[in-house]
Amino acid sequence: MNIVVCVKHVPKCAEAEIRIDPTGRDIEKHGLVYDINEWDDYAVEEAVRIKEKFGGSVTVVTVGPEEANSTLRKCLARGADNAIRVYDPKLVGSDPYVIAKVLYKVIKNLQFDLVLTGVMAEDDGSATVGPMLAEFLKIPHATMVKKIELKDHKAAIVHRELEGGLMEVVEVKLPALFAIQTGINEPRYVSILGIRRAMQKEIKVLGLKDLSLDESEVGYAGSWTLIDKLFVPPAEKVCQYLKGSPEEVATQILGILKSRGLF
Amino acid sequence: MPLDFYMVDELLSEEERLIRDTVRSFLRKEIAPLVVDAWHKEEPLDVRMIAKKFGELGMLGSFIPQDYGCPGMNYTSFGLICQEVESIDSALRSFVAVTSGLVMYPIWQYGSEEQKRKYLPKLARGEIIGCFGMTEPNVGSDPASMETTAKRQGGEWILNGTKTWISEAGVADIAIVWAKDVEDKKVKGFIVERGTPGFEQTSIIKKGSMRAGDVGELHLSDCKVPEENRLPKATGLRAALSCLDQARFGIAWGAIGAAIDCYKTALEYAKNRKQFGAPIASYQLIQEKLVEMLTEITKGQLVAWRLGRLMDAGKATPEQISFAKRNNVRVARFCARTAREILGANGISLDYSPIRHMANIESVYTYEGTDDIHTLILGRYITGIQAFRREM
Repeated sequence: MNIVVCVKHVPKCAEAEIRIDPTGRDIEKHGLVYDINEWDDYAVEEAVRIKEKFGGSVTVVTVGPEEANSTLRKCLARGADNAIRVYDPKLVGSDPYVIAKVLYKVIKNLQFDLVLTGVMAEDDGSATVGPMLAEFLKIPHATMVKKIELKDHKAAIVHRELEGGLMEVVEVKLPALFAIQTGINEPRYVSILGIRRAMQKEIKVLGLKDLSLDESEVGYAGSWTLIDKLFVPPAEKVCQYLKGSPEEVATQILGILKSRGLF
Repeated sequence: MPLDFYMVDELLSEEERLIRDTVRSFLRKEIAPLVVDAWHKEEPLDVRMIAKKFGELGMLGSFIPQDYGCPGMNYTSFGLICQEVESIDSALRSFVAVTSGLVMYPIWQYGSEEQKRKYLPKLARGEIIGCFGMTEPNVGSDPASMETTAKRQGGEWILNGTKTWISEAGVADIAIVWAKDVEDKKVKGFIVERGTPGFEQTSIIKKGSMRAGDVGELHLSDCKVPEENRLPKATGLRAALSCLDQARFGIAWGAIGAAIDCYKTALEYAKNRKQFGAPIASYQLIQEKLVEMLTEITKGQLVAWRLGRLMDAGKATPEQISFAKRNNVRVARFCARTAREILGANGISLDYSPIRHMANIESVYTYEGTDDIHTLILGRYITGIQAFRREM
C-alpha cells in the first residue's frame, strides 16, 4: 500500500496573539511558532499505521519554503519514507486551487494507492485542497474521515464524521483520497533517535520547472480567489438563557457543546 | 510563544530544534498536568512510568553513544531537554540530569565494559532508575572529608555510612555510591543494587521544595558489594566531581527553562489583570520587572548556548560550568520571585507556576555545589588563591 500524505507547515495561531499586517490581507508572521498542521499530523500517523500493517511506503509532500523542512523531518521521524517539498518564490499568494494543482503535478508522477490530507489547515481553514486534488487526480474522495478499513487493495470502508455526532460509512474504490479528521488515532511522539535517522534522509526539492508549471499558473496570477481583507471582528457578548427542568437544561448544554465540537 | 528575544534559535541546528520541540509537546501533554497535585500533596510523580516514557523518547543519557542504547546526541541537545523538563518542574529535571550526568555518565566513563553493557541500555530505556550517593549528613560542600568507608575483603568491599539528600533514593534500583577506601584513603565509586543486604533506602518527607520528586537517604551498614561492582576507572575524588560537571551543565540549561515559564506566566497575567482601569502591564513598575526578567533570561540563554558548544567541543572547564550554573540559577531565582510579585496574591497559589518554581529553585540554588561554592571556584580561578578552607 503506497500512500502519499499532503502536509502543511502552519503558524500555530491558537495560543498566539494574532495581528494583521500592513497589507490588511495577511497576519504578522514574526514571532509565531510554526509546526505541522494538526489535521495533517493525524493523516501522517494514519498512513504510517497502514504501512506498518500492510507494507508499502509513505511519501509526504508539502508546498512551502525551506522552513517547512522541519515539518517534513517530523514526518520522516515518525516513519514516512520519502519527503518532497515544492517551492518557488512565485508561489507566494497561491490560493487553495493553485496548491491543489501543484500537489497534483507532484503526485501524478508517483505510485500510490491512497492519498491522505488533513480535513483542513489551521491557518486558512479552507478545507478545499483535498477534494480539489482528488478531482485533479480523477480519483474518488471522502472528507471528515474518522476511520479507515482496508478491504483489500481495491476498496476501503471509511467512516465519516457528520454534524451532531452522526457517523456515515461509505465504501470507496481505490486509489482514493481521504481527508482525515482529528481524533482518528493518537499520533505517536517521535523519538530523538527517530529524529536522528530522519536527519539522514533526503528531502527532495522541486521547483516550478520540474513540474512543468508556468509562473502565470501559480501565486496571485494563477489563483481563482484573492484575499480582499483580513480583520479582527469586534468582540460581541452574547448571552443565551436556557429554560426548562435541570434535565432539559443539561441536554441543551450538551447539544451546544457538541455543536461547538467541545464534547 | 517561545521566549527568544536574541534569536538564539538560529544558533541551534535543525536537529536540535526538532528535538526541543518534540520534547516540549510531549511534556506539555503527558507530564505537565500531573505536576501540581504531586507537588501539593508531596506525593512524588510516578518516576517509573515517567522514566519509561522519557526512555522511549530518548531523553535519558542523550549524550551517550548509540552503542549503549542511547541517542548519541550532543551536549546542547541534552541541555535543551533539561530546559524543557525544568520549565515543567525542577524535580523532573533533577531526574533527567541525575540519570544522565550522575548515574549513566560515571558508568560510561569509569565503568568496565560489562558494567556499561549491563546497566546503560536499561537506564536509557527507563527500565531501571538510578541515584547518586555523595552528600552525607556531615559532608556537603567538602566531599574530601567523606565519612562513608569502603574496606576490601577478598573479592568484596564492605561499605559503611549514610548518604543524604539523594534524588530518587527511595525508588532507585541502583545507586552510584562514593566511599573512601580505608587502605589508600582514595574515594572510590560502587554500583550498589537495591536489595543488597545492609543497604537501606528511605525517602525524606515534609520538604518545602522539590515536592513532586523523591529525595531521600541511603544507609550502608556492613553492605557487601562485589569487586565487579566497583567502577574500575574511578581512582579518586576527581571522578565523582567530574560527574557533577555533567549535572551542573544540565542545571544551567534547566534553570533557564524554569525562568522562562515564570516570565511567560507573569507577562500573560500582567496583560490580563486590570487595576485602576487598565492592564497592570501598562504601568511602569510592572514593565520594569518584565524587562529585568527578559534581560536576565536572554543573557542566561546565551551563556547556556555557549557552554553547550564548549562542551560539544570538549573545551568547557569546570570554572565555566560553575559560572553558568551559578548565573542561571540566580536568574531563575530572580525570575520566580519577580513573577510571584507581579501575580500579587494569586502568586502564592499553586494554580500558577511561579511559587512552585520559586520553592524548587531554593534546592537548585544550593545543590550540585552551593551558590557560595561556585563563587569561590570562580574566585580561585580569578585570583589563584583558594578561599574554601582555612587552618584553624
